[in-house]
Order: sequence, then structure tokens, then C-alpha cells
Amino acid sequence: MSLADDLVAGNRRALARAITLVETGGAPARELVRAVYPHTGHAHVVGVTGAPGAGKSTLVSAMAAEWRERNRTVGIIAVDPSSPFSGGAVLGDRIRMQSHGGDAGVFIRSMASRGRLGGIARATGDATLLLDAAGFAVVIVETVGTGQADVDVASAADTTVVLDVPGMGDDVQAIKAGILEVADIFVVNKADRPGAEAAVKQLRAMLQLGEKPVDGWTPPVLQAVAMRAEGVVAAVDAVERHYRHGRDTGSHTKRHHARAAAELREALQELALEHAREQAAGAMWEALVGRIAERTLDPYSAAAELLSRQ
Amino acid sequence: MERAIRVLVAKPGLDGHDRGAKVIARALRDAGMEVVYTGLQQTPQMIVEAALQEDVDVIGLSILSGAHMTLLPKVVRLLHEQGMDDVLVIAGGIISDDDARVLKEQHGIAAVYGPGTSTQDIVRFIRENVGQRAP
Repeated sequence: MSLADDLVAGNRRALARAITLVETGGAPARELVRAVYPHTGHAHVVGVTGAPGAGKSTLVSAMAAEWRERNRTVGIIAVDPSSPFSGGAVLGDRIRMQSHGGDAGVFIRSMASRGRLGGIARATGDATLLLDAAGFAVVIVETVGTGQADVDVASAADTTVVLDVPGMGDDVQAIKAGILEVADIFVVNKADRPGAEAAVKQLRAMLQLGEKPVDGWTPPVLQAVAMRAEGVVAAVDAVERHYRHGRDTGSHTKRHHARAAAELREALQELALEHAREQAAGAMWEALVGRIAERTLDPYSAAAELLSRQ
Repeated sequence: MERAIRVLVAKPGLDGHDRGAKVIARALRDAGMEVVYTGLQQTPQMIVEAALQEDVDVIGLSILSGAHMTLLPKVVRLLHEQGMDDVLVIAGGIISDDDARVLKEQHGIAAVYGPGTSTQDIVRFIRENVGQRAP
């Protein structure tokens, strides 16, 4: 049996190995994605994002426990930042996810962002496909806590949960573009702290300033204390309600199209870059770079030249 | 793309002293490795399950409680049951020379480090001994 067959059959070791393979990238990773792709499209992909320390890992773990209560299996991808200097990373999200030890219905994988902007690791999308193909009903993607620009998650997820905490700033923060616009559901975590009501009010006021959403979904603003699992049932209910809403109104299909377009763009970029690197093996690449640096060649002409070679 | 060495750093047993584990985690990160840190009070079962899910190349076990002769061999045994014999297992903590010898010779622990060890020695050992498995 191939690695793809093993993981579709539910072999956890095969799944773990396969995720490593897509993290490494290249032709073997693409072959694997090709093999599992017909088995994907069944999981409900949930993105969870928010500032560092907002409680993402704790909330993800509590939501996973609630889904287990509802007899749904859960795959989790937890992304932490890579060091821009050494390329290494300390991936600590599992510390908050201890309670799932010994439960075969939960699979947790930590990934390093490896320098990619937007908070989603390079291979997160592929790893999501693998967990989907392995049969997990819900796949939660927890992003690194990068904050305002962390919007990649929305294109990869069916439902995006944005975590806020009391005391994160005034209502002008809340109308800035970016992370707040991608939310399908807001959760104000650590709601036992002072300022929780104010944070909820600011988010609701911000939502009322905007246009009525075209797909008829107004993001609910919930409160939670993830540490004590308070508000978690309501959060999971909201995520499921959003999923049903997307399915019933067709906005789901639109998202899947947008995601497919993004996948195609990514694949094109990767293959084009690889093709160009193959055409300009070794010294030629350096020579081109040198000419661009000397201003005797411009980067677009060099790229076009490489892409036109067979 | 070259694959980063992935290391699970875990504390089996019940002692609550994780400074050493954090120092190691930080040093391995600075050496370009991806370190999955699982925190305190891990059972051997939890450690091996996490190592499986995370597909790590190395497990670093920090133990100061004195229970190393029970817990460390159990981790190695469970790894063997999962067919994960290619994972390099190293240990650090308060472990006597006699115990360290037995752990290395009889229980599949590749290296044992005591207080005062240079983190660079550990980085070098991992780089030289990590399994050269196919991706």
C-alpha cells in the first residue's frame, strides 16, 4: 500500500509522515496531494486566529473537546512562528492541548511558519487536505498570532473564528482593515477580565458601521473563558450554524471556488519557480542575479527568458 | 526544500522543574531545529503519541524526579511497539553515571546529559546521530 492509501485508511503514522512530506515540498509532495485529492472536500475547515496570548490554543483545545462530545473527530494544525535568524522554532501549542492524549479521534500537528507572511505556514493548506483525506470531520487551523495582517486563514477555512481579548485598544482599532474583516465569528476570550463588555460593544458597533453582508451572515460576537471551558458550547454552536448557513445560501460554494483559485495560483507559482530554477541551474542563476544587480538586465526580462525556455 | 530536524522536548514524570528543558528547547531552536515542546507531567504514552503525530526525528527527555530508570525505558519500549525505532532518544537531568550507563547500554537511550553540559555538545550530537531516513 502507498502512503496515500495508508493515510486514507486511517493509519496515524502514515498521516504524520505524509504531513512531513508536504512540509518538505517538491515533486513527492505534489504526487501525494494528487493521490489524496479525490478523498478531500468532506471536512469542515475552521480557522482560528487572533493576537499572541489571546488564548487560541486553549480555545481550540476546548472546542475540540466539545466536538468530541458530539462524536465528531478533530484534526488540529497549530502554527507557530519560525525564527527569522536560525529558521528554527519552538512549537508550544501542544502544552494547552494535553487533555486529548489517548483519544484516537484527535490528531494534533504543530507546524512552523517558515517565514511565510499571513500566518499560515507554507504547507498548511496541503496538511489540511491530508487531515481531510484521513477522515477527520473537523479540521481546525490555528494560526500564529500575527495580528492585523493575518488574513490568509480566511481563504483556507470554511469558517473563520477571530479571538479578541479585553483591553486590546479603542474602537478605531476595530475598524482598521484586516483581521477583523475576515471573521465569521468573534469570540472575546478571557471575558472574566475587566473590559470584556466594552470589547464586545466595540466589535458590535464596528459591525454595524459596515454594509450589510451580501451573504446575509452577520458575525456573532460571543464571550468565552476558554481556560474554564465557558462559552465553548456556544462557540461550537455558532461555527456549526455558520457552516449550515454557508451550505444553504451557497456562500460555501463561492468560498470553495475562491480557495480553488488560490490553490491554482499557489501551484502555478511553485511549478513556475521550480521550472525556472531548473533552467538556470548553478552558475547561470548567479550570473543572471549579477546582471540584474549591475542594472544591465531587469528582473522581468530575466524571469520571462527563464520561463520561455523548455 | 531542506527539512528541518524536528525534536520533541518533554518532561516525563511528576517533577515541576522545566528550566533545563526550556534552555534546551531554545538552544535547539537557535540551531535551526523545530522543537515541539509539550510541557510538564507527561506519561510515556503521551510522549510517544505526540512523537508519532509530530513525526519527530529526536526525543529529548528532561527528568529530575529520580524515576528515570522506570520512565525512560518505557518510552523506548513504546516507540519500539509503534515501529519508531529510528527516533533518536536522548535524556538530561539528575542521572547517576551508573544509571546513565545502563540506560545507554540496555535501554536504547542514545545519550545522557547532566548539569553543566554545553548545549552546543547536544546540538552537535543530534546533528551527527539523527537518523538519515528517507523523507
